Amino acid sequence: MDRCDKLVDVGRRQFLRGGALAAAATATAVALPATPAKATALARIDYPSNRLGNVSDLKLNEPLDVTYPDDSAPGVLLKLGTRVEGGAGPDGDIVGFSTICPHKGFPLNYVAADRTLNCPGHYSRFDCEAGGQQIWGQATQNLPQYALRVDDKGDIYAEGLDELLYGRLSNVLA
Amino acid sequence: MAYKRQIDRLPIIPADAKKHNVTCHYCIVGCGYHAYTWPVNKQGGTDPATNAFGVNLAEQQPAETEAWYAPSMYNIVRQDGKDVHLVIKPDKNCVVNSGLGSVRGARMAENRRSDKTGTQQQRLTEPMVWRYGTWQPTSWSDAFDLVARVTARVIDKDDEDDLFVSMFDHGGSAGGYENTWGTGKLYFGSMKVKNCRIHNRPAYNSEVHSTRDMGVDELNYAYEDYTLTDTIMLVGTNPLECQTNLFLNHMVPGMRNGAKVIIVDPRRTVTANACEVEAGAENVLHLAIKTGTDLALFNTLFTYIADQGWVDKDFIAASTLQGDVAVPQDEAHPAALGSFEMARIKCKMSLAEGASITGLAEADIVKAAEWIAKPKEDGSRRKCATGYEKGIIWGNDNYRVIGALVNIGLATGNIGREGGGVCRLGGHQEGYFRPSDAHVGRPAPYIDQLIIGGRGKVHHIWANDHYKTTLNATEFKREYNRRTNMVKDAMDAHAGSTREELVDAIVGAINAGGLFSVNVDIIHSQIGQAAHVILPAVESGEMNLTSMNGERRLRLVEKYMDGPGNAKPDCLIAAAIAQNLERVLREEGRDAYADQFKGYDWKTEEDAFMDGYHSGNPEVTYDRLRAMGNNGVQEPVVGFENGQLVGTKRLYTDGKFTRHGREDGKALFCGGEWRGLQAPGKAYQRDNYAFLINNGRANVIWQNWFLDKANDFVSDRFPIPFIEINPEDMAELGVKAGDLVEVFNDVGATQALVYPTPTARRKETFMVFGAPNGAQGNIVNAGTNELILPNYKHTWANIRKISDAPASAADLSFKSMEYSAG
Repeated sequence: MDRCDKLVDVGRRQFLRGGALAAAATATAVALPATPAKATALARIDYPSNRLGNVSDLKLNEPLDVTYPDDSAPGVLLKLGTRVEGGAGPDGDIVGFSTICPHKGFPLNYVAADRTLNCPGHYSRFDCEAGGQQIWGQATQNLPQYALRVDDKGDIYAEGLDELLYGRLSNVLA
Repeated sequence: MAYKRQIDRLPIIPADAKKHNVTCHYCIVGCGYHAYTWPVNKQGGTDPATNAFGVNLAEQQPAETEAWYAPSMYNIVRQDGKDVHLVIKPDKNCVVNSGLGSVRGARMAENRRSDKTGTQQQRLTEPMVWRYGTWQPTSWSDAFDLVARVTARVIDKDDEDDLFVSMFDHGGSAGGYENTWGTGKLYFGSMKVKNCRIHNRPAYNSEVHSTRDMGVDELNYAYEDYTLTDTIMLVGTNPLECQTNLFLNHMVPGMRNGAKVIIVDPRRTVTANACEVEAGAENVLHLAIKTGTDLALFNTLFTYIADQGWVDKDFIAASTLQGDVAVPQDEAHPAALGSFEMARIKCKMSLAEGASITGLAEADIVKAAEWIAKPKEDGSRRKCATGYEKGIIWGNDNYRVIGALVNIGLATGNIGREGGGVCRLGGHQEGYFRPSDAHVGRPAPYIDQLIIGGRGKVHHIWANDHYKTTLNATEFKREYNRRTNMVKDAMDAHAGSTREELVDAIVGAINAGGLFSVNVDIIHSQIGQAAHVILPAVESGEMNLTSMNGERRLRLVEKYMDGPGNAKPDCLIAAAIAQNLERVLREEGRDAYADQFKGYDWKTEEDAFMDGYHSGNPEVTYDRLRAMGNNGVQEPVVGFENGQLVGTKRLYTDGKFTRHGREDGKALFCGGEWRGLQAPGKAYQRDNYAFLINNGRANVIWQNWFLDKANDFVSDRFPIPFIEINPEDMAELGVKAGDLVEVFNDVGATQALVYPTPTARRKETFMVFGAPNGAQGNIVNAGTNELILPNYKHTWANIRKISDAPASAADLSFKSMEYSAG
């Protein structure tokens, strides 16, 4: 899986002190290959429906690294344990987010203690329990969140995004 | 639920898009951007040959790429009467920001008015007058005629004291050299208006009198000094939120180069947290003083540094006044100014005294002194770059506190040298060029109190919103509404009358105690609700506009779009008011007075620039500034060589200090002893109300929310201003996160949302200032210093719950704003 090495390198460079990037570095390759976008003339992007994992893969408040809508767009699935708006699954508590900071494209790290994604580049913070709202920071958008669907088998599919991903002018690359 | 734009792709900037130089028009840092525009029926492609970046946009771009822009950086606007795509994105080659955009500046495009995308529909598009019981749109000529005829009735040659003027003096936004000159020429050239004030304070005065009186301009360094220094000292300032890219692009590299950081602030801010992240907690000294005791701290530091002999004797001998008192304390000088030795005697304060007053440990004061001034092991001097802002400017005893801080810089030879400087960090950019204001006097008239007291007959307001950003605002609003309503009543009673009858009716109401209010602004502001005539102005980018930033970097923002509707640059509105006054006065046979209003035949803002700034700086023209791009030139401009303007990287490198106008070029020290909470009424509030209501800016909001209140991303985050309260205080008050509380005291009341803040000290809150639906100024008393500098920071009040969280605030995040590495 291509985690977009250039992005990660920047994160490491910023982490000369502390080494806290490890918090987000538990990569688990569960994503299927991205479905190629079709060259259609639709008004909006046709998002792929990608299986990101199964409910049984998720442990409470432990991030599961995924990618969506393709393997150069890292993200995370989380089971929060409390029902949140936009949450999927039987308990309404499963959410997924891009983990590229929408400010300057640095990789975010997950802080389980307060369920936030934090950017080592310029200190932005996003609340995973509030739709990815930027708690504080320099990004001019809240964190792109996945539209999730969980089927009868517990498979979790991402089927869309609600904000533009950093580093691409089309969420599905042409 | 967090606000999401549901934008999944953006139009691509084509290779042949027009590219304009843009300096961000919000804060003083003035980050470089480019505005790209192209016809609405064209677009670039992912192929490198077809887009402005020359890269393959079918691939994911890396961090810090130039080849990406956020939805907030995009809009569709009018340019030369045609719809165009607009992208405003940060400029990687600008030395100020190196491609960084803040959460404010990177929303410039989204905060332009667009009739296509529906953004900023609050922008004014045409003049309006009070007619038939509300505001009616009208022509410029009709509006100007009414303004001129009423104004002409209350002014006369050498008698202009009944015309009150509130006018911005800043750069950026709708300020800049063009517009300060336009208004300045009208009120200080053609007229000599004495009863005037500035956008953020109730008088026409400097925010930093003492440093200027000492000979030291308040913007004396270069931003690179933060990367060259040994110690960064931050006083009453929160640069990560208020001067974001100065912090990120200059102070952070300084810390990575090994600089230590001293922070003087009663509150722990996100700046303190970020400094600890970057420099390590052991290299950050947060001096969390008792609020308002900065003067005691600085005098103690000054005394200790001098007693240790850690001063720059050669510098003091060569560049500062020798002798005793040069300027005695008097009505215009709240402290004596003079020699180093004079100041040592006046400012003398022991460690024990200083520690007792400030609440700090003696050891921490000593550590600060060492980090500022203790020579290195090899005997070389330490360098210290000092930044200060509203914590002391809008704090206790402004004159003496700033003077005491500059004393330290002078004593240690840290002004005019690499890695040094004692500078304010600033709010807006600067852009001041006006005729002399000497006739205003010092202390300057306290305009708000005069208006409350019934003075003034006509009030011209230029982009000031006292209702949100003045002190004693509760009383001011009541009285202003009452007086302007008298005029509205008179106008309503004369609906259908002739212009002459209407003017007579207005003047009758004025003479009975009413006030005629003319409001020039880009939006229909809160004080604009009281206006009788509303005149729409344009902003930076809707006109060509020049300003300088916090290191005196002068740039030209190139006009990249049309203003809304019929809105005009302020300088051209001022010119038209002058021309209409001339016409009306001549009609009335007042020719000698009318002649004073000649000289405004400007067609463009460039004409105003040439008439004003260029006349004092003959090397500087629009063409030359355009060629200097987003890096511009640092003022003062001293020449033009090889096709380039030649500027000045930092001031006073020759050791000659001139800001006070002394011919000897010697800097003065300030002899201001500690005298407690100086402004009237502050000690009373402290002793009678439970909570300190500290106040200031928040990262995501620019200034008094004038554009951001109509920005969905911002209003989703903070629909109502927040107040940070310690959780134990919350428990005592019986409030929870997001509750709406009333904050009230002897002078007024306001409201805010509770934001739990464990790092807040008990009984010390912090509230966002300037909000449209919770003005903190409502509870700031009228007390100022001797020179009418307001003290917003020292406000105490009680707090009670109004209600549970309103629906707009029910789903907000109330988690800590401090970055965590996990």
